[in-house]
Amino acid sequence: MSNTGRPLSPHLQVYRFMYTMATSIAHRVTGAVLSLSLILFILWLVALASGPVYYHALVVLLSGPLGTVVLVGLLASFWYHTCAGIRHLFWDSGIGINKAAARLSAYAIVATTIVLTLLSSYWLVMPKVHP
Amino acid sequence: MVELTLPKNSRYKDVPGRVHKAAVGARNVKAFRIYRFDPSIGERPRIDTFEIDLDSCGPMVLDALLKIKNEVDSSLTFRRSCREGICGSCAMNISGKNSLACTTAIGECKGDVNIFPLPHMEVIKDLVPDLTNFYAQYASVKPWLQTRTPAPPDSERLQSKDDQEKIDGPSACILCACCSTSCPSYWWNSDRYLGPAALLASYRWIVDSRDEATGERLDMLEDPFRLYRCHTIMNCTEACPKDLNPAKAIAEIKKLMVERRH
Repeated sequence: MSNTGRPLSPHLQVYRFMYTMATSIAHRVTGAVLSLSLILFILWLVALASGPVYYHALVVLLSGPLGTVVLVGLLASFWYHTCAGIRHLFWDSGIGINKAAARLSAYAIVATTIVLTLLSSYWLVMPKVHP
Repeated sequence: MVELTLPKNSRYKDVPGRVHKAAVGARNVKAFRIYRFDPSIGERPRIDTFEIDLDSCGPMVLDALLKIKNEVDSSLTFRRSCREGICGSCAMNISGKNSLACTTAIGECKGDVNIFPLPHMEVIKDLVPDLTNFYAQYASVKPWLQTRTPAPPDSERLQSKDDQEKIDGPSACILCACCSTSCPSYWWNSDRYLGPAALLASYRWIVDSRDEATGERLDMLEDPFRLYRCHTIMNCTEACPKDLNPAKAIAEIKKLMVERRH
């Protein structure tokens, strides 16, 4: 900022955290999480290349409670980022970019994320139920 | 630059504010918590609390501000003029959302009414932010008709009803700065990103059927920051007290950028 000595008015400190900012920041955070998850994917490849002992250890880790939480979190991130991305594609083509539609589509992407995450998480834990 | 916290000289939460109690016997009391900054005393900003008896106050937030200035503390400083939502002077952050004090009913605000200057702006005094950069950005989009062809000798430059309707919305902008200062992208990059208000103004001239500088206007916006710092957060459209849609205007400009390449 400039050196007038004037204070900067409060911004994040006072602005109401509305659905607009919530869906936007969530889109960015899930995108960052998905990028970071590539590290996990590389670990998986390394374990795969290192032989059955290492691979088994990783599978045990990922099937445990912590692993399940991480994987379900990644699934939620994936679905949210996908849904919000599609919403942005519509907006970029000039469709649904108004207050009423944006409010509705905010609910829609959150609801769709929850449903798809539940469905895909069920698929994720299935192998453990019926090995 | 993204800076989530306020600079040291702007932190106000630990500065004790003054409390002006309502008169004894007041029945319908509402507290207004107002950001105060006085450049002449060399202190950090603070929040003063004014208890107002709504039974003797007009219905709008601006009425309360005027009542405070007239009856409680004449040093309270804010811009206002028309009191009917057409001049755009009394834009401020009211209960967490940017709007005009004159068209925001006190009844819309739940609990205490928190009043701050427009967000992420340099504060001159109390609720008066420095809008120099905002106006310079407006000027930078050349918000006037540019033509090369000579004007018709016997009439104005006419346009069809449909063409006029394209600019009806964007022309209604009152430059209150509610939209630009609600935008997190503008908060972090107001030095390089033009912000929704200036882009809406640019769009108004880009789609004007009489304007002949569309190419130059788009050239000027073809920039990673000036236009493309818009990430379609939609705070602008939510904030606009005139119910305009800057987000849509920006999306349309982005579409024109793509279309002209083909």
